[in-house]
Amino acid sequence: MNAPLGALDRPNSYIGRSVSRPNAARLLAGRGRYVTDLVLLRMLHVAFLRSPYAHARIVSIDAEAARAMPGVRLVATGPDLARLCTPWTGTLDHFKGMKSAPQLPLPIEEVLWSGQAVVAIVAETRAQAEDAAEAVTVAFEELPAVVEVDHARAPGADRAALAVADNLCFGSRLDTGGIDGVFADAAHVVEEEFHFGRHTAVTLEPRAILADWDPSEGKLTVHHATQTPYQFQDLYSRHYGIPEASVRVVAPDIGGSFGMKLHVYPEDMAVVGLSMLCGRPVKYVADRIEAFVSDIHARDHRVRARMALDDDGTILAMDVDDVTAIGAFSTYPRTSAVEGNQVIRLMGAPYRFHSYRAELSVVFQNKVQTSQYRAVGHPIACAVTERLVDLAAAKVGLDPVAMRERNLIADDAYPCASPTGYQFEALSHQASLAKLKAMMDYDGLRAEQAALRQRGIHRGIGIASFVEISNPSPAFYGIGGARISAQDGAILTVTPSGEVRCQISVTEQGQGTETIVGQVVADQLGVPRERVRVITGDTETTPHGGATWACRGAGIGGETALQAARKLRGNVLAIAASILQAQAGELDMRDGVVVDAASGTERVSLSEVARIAYFRSDTLPRDLSAQLSVAHHHAPQGYPFAFTNGVQGCHVELDVETGFVKILKHWVVEDCGRIINPLLVDEQVRGGVVQGLGAAFFEECRYDENGQLTNGSLADYLVPMACEMPDIVVGHIETPTADTELGAKGCGEAGTAAASAAALNAVNDAMSPFGARIAQIPMTPARLLKALGTI
Amino acid sequence: MSAHLPITLSVNGEELTRRVEPRETLADFLRRDLGLTGTHAGCEMGACGACLVMLDGLPVHACLIFAVQAAGATIQTVEGLTESAAIADLQSVFHTRNALQCGFCTPGMLVAAHGLLSRCAMPSREEIRDALSGNYCRCTGYEAIVDAIETVARRRAGEAASSMAEEPA
Ligand code: FES
Ligand code: FES
Repeated sequence: MNAPLGALDRPNSYIGRSVSRPNAARLLAGRGRYVTDLVLLRMLHVAFLRSPYAHARIVSIDAEAARAMPGVRLVATGPDLARLCTPWTGTLDHFKGMKSAPQLPLPIEEVLWSGQAVVAIVAETRAQAEDAAEAVTVAFEELPAVVEVDHARAPGADRAALAVADNLCFGSRLDTGGIDGVFADAAHVVEEEFHFGRHTAVTLEPRAILADWDPSEGKLTVHHATQTPYQFQDLYSRHYGIPEASVRVVAPDIGGSFGMKLHVYPEDMAVVGLSMLCGRPVKYVADRIEAFVSDIHARDHRVRARMALDDDGTILAMDVDDVTAIGAFSTYPRTSAVEGNQVIRLMGAPYRFHSYRAELSVVFQNKVQTSQYRAVGHPIACAVTERLVDLAAAKVGLDPVAMRERNLIADDAYPCASPTGYQFEALSHQASLAKLKAMMDYDGLRAEQAALRQRGIHRGIGIASFVEISNPSPAFYGIGGARISAQDGAILTVTPSGEVRCQISVTEQGQGTETIVGQVVADQLGVPRERVRVITGDTETTPHGGATWACRGAGIGGETALQAARKLRGNVLAIAASILQAQAGELDMRDGVVVDAASGTERVSLSEVARIAYFRSDTLPRDLSAQLSVAHHHAPQGYPFAFTNGVQGCHVELDVETGFVKILKHWVVEDCGRIINPLLVDEQVRGGVVQGLGAAFFEECRYDENGQLTNGSLADYLVPMACEMPDIVVGHIETPTADTELGAKGCGEAGTAAASAAALNAVNDAMSPFGARIAQIPMTPARLLKALGTI
Repeated sequence: MSAHLPITLSVNGEELTRRVEPRETLADFLRRDLGLTGTHAGCEMGACGACLVMLDGLPVHACLIFAVQAAGATIQTVEGLTESAAIADLQSVFHTRNALQCGFCTPGMLVAAHGLLSRCAMPSREEIRDALSGNYCRCTGYEAIVDAIETVARRRAGEAASSMAEEPA
């Protein structure tokens, strides 16, 4: 009885419709409630004294003077919290041989990076806590800092963390066999060494947490700016030994996350213990300087890669060596090896070739840890692959688009597998490229480029095809022993007034999760969208689920909502049928009214059904069990991941005198399966592109040789600004996944996945008349001038 | 940590007298002392624009001035601009155009846009992008924000034109 999804010609057909976000109104009025804003009675504030050294032993801590300062309620060190909180280790079982030093909220003996929190000072105000922090004296004994990745990998190198035997966190190898032979026999080989800078999320709201331990009930409530409240409920429960049901984690409005706010941070774990020690709420908000030295960073890869081709430009093989430096320990609970693992598995993903070899080394060093941030691994795999494809095109004498047309996996070749073992259900590389070419007026741009070159104006055009991982199954983390859910749950209720409440485990950080869930529920139930209220982000009121990461909100959360709504609709129609003495199968619900499915004649309103069920159950037959709440869980089945794909184009103008690049325009064609809300998808893509362009041109965490971050402020670390960013044209191909009814896949990372690759190709294209090339991002003016031989 | 000082100022149309620490920024004063948490702090060094408020009719960074310096001033925060409906059209177009995601930059963006449109009625897209250069947004990629401001400028110009046309000759 279900109408085709995405058909927009029925009442309440919201799937596929651009509608605005109900919850945005509050943010626009300045009525958002971020953790940063929250105030609880008797709330205390914590400031942390941080290590000035990249690597050092803690010799002694003298906090007597600080304890006597005004407003100070507690000064806590590593041993104080270690008595309450068990240590954690960021490894996963399916990453064989992986190792990492155990972590505690505050270190006891050794500090591992400059900026690591060492002492917690809790006071009535943050200013008092900061004043007192200055009165704490810590004697450190400096240890050799491991900073450079080659230094870290050298035999007999100093260790970044004394608790692990050497600096190799994890190594992995993929080999389809016979690679050396393929390269030896190939007509063409192209190769390059790539450098990807460290960068970081810079959410506009820094990390924030407010823990409230109530000793009378033994109950912990944590207001936590995170994407994954259930994960933290589990972690706080297990590491602090509090029964899970006595731990409540609430994630209210969150000022950006992008993966950064789903990791365990020592300060956050400390705040829970500090609240237990004080018996009062304790709040911590990272200031921007602290954010730079304690939020996870991402990327930091050096990739040596080569590609073998036959005569006519057909790709035969890739051979890749990725070395990534992750800081002094692996992040918990998702580890810091996932990015490298995805880099070597996503290499060459859009292309048809069978021979592949890759080596991955994940290396410790004394910097803040890296871990999952938007588009984990994708930008690296994409930039390496796409740059090699462009180099190959030049070598073979093909236009970059023609080169891709020759090598992309054909749209009719699915299902198929990548040489790295990924299973692709159905992708649309060819259609996407054709669409991009038309959208860009590619041939026109090439003609214009040639004409402008005559006049000394150097424009470049870059193309990058990509594959994105979304909707991960337990193959991602669960299999490795991490208690990270791949399923989601929803409780859907018709209220006594006939309104609908949906409590669901996917979470909102502004992407529009609540909106699309509301659209799916309203659509599938047959009620106006305004009557659906979606509630997220509170472990006490929503079922346990994976929440929002790896682009799972629409695909898994949306499907959960769809199935729950269909279940509830069945229940409503059964009650209505009984009231109307009709057959449920002959009824339908439209606009909140139960109607005859065939004629559309209105029979009884949903609110009347609810009134009767809640208040006059005496008028219903005894054997009718009126269930106006349903609970439903959905876990992805079928393919381990729902892959999405797309292609991006970047158009730049390079000033060869100054090395400055103006990004003229950027295009994206992406295929995220069924689109629930085009408006929101486009904005996800645009936001993602800008983060990718930031990485391509501006963003880099720079360290000196002592492991000190030298640009850790918003004045020094360059975040893309409005005036530097281009307009971004977004187009779509829709290839729904058949693994779910809804058919939606993710879209939040697509923009970031390929934007830097397209930019890298565009800049290289602009430099090609000079015989110059670059394989490092960010492409700063200085690096470009160096590539051009000017400096 | 020196003694608190009394200040009197107007915030969102209300005259207030409060005692503040000399080192307290206007942003902290608004957020903490007055509970006006619509003004956000993203960097506390004048770089991100999340803390913009109108001070005597001009956008200023509330993180860069001390509360004591605002004595005698007239402040409008996003809450006040909302109540007075001064930015209602901006808010409504931001909403329909989805010119916000997490919303953390949004109050500052609205204040910046309000300031821009009061000094330049019909800015070009480049001028809008330039005017937003002190406002970081990490979520949207800016284009929707530029679109929204451009739309409001056009609408205001259209309304101004049609109200002029309606004037009797
Ligand atoms: S908080 Fe004032 S400009 Fe960033
Ligand atoms: S909407 Fe999140 S920072 Fe602008």
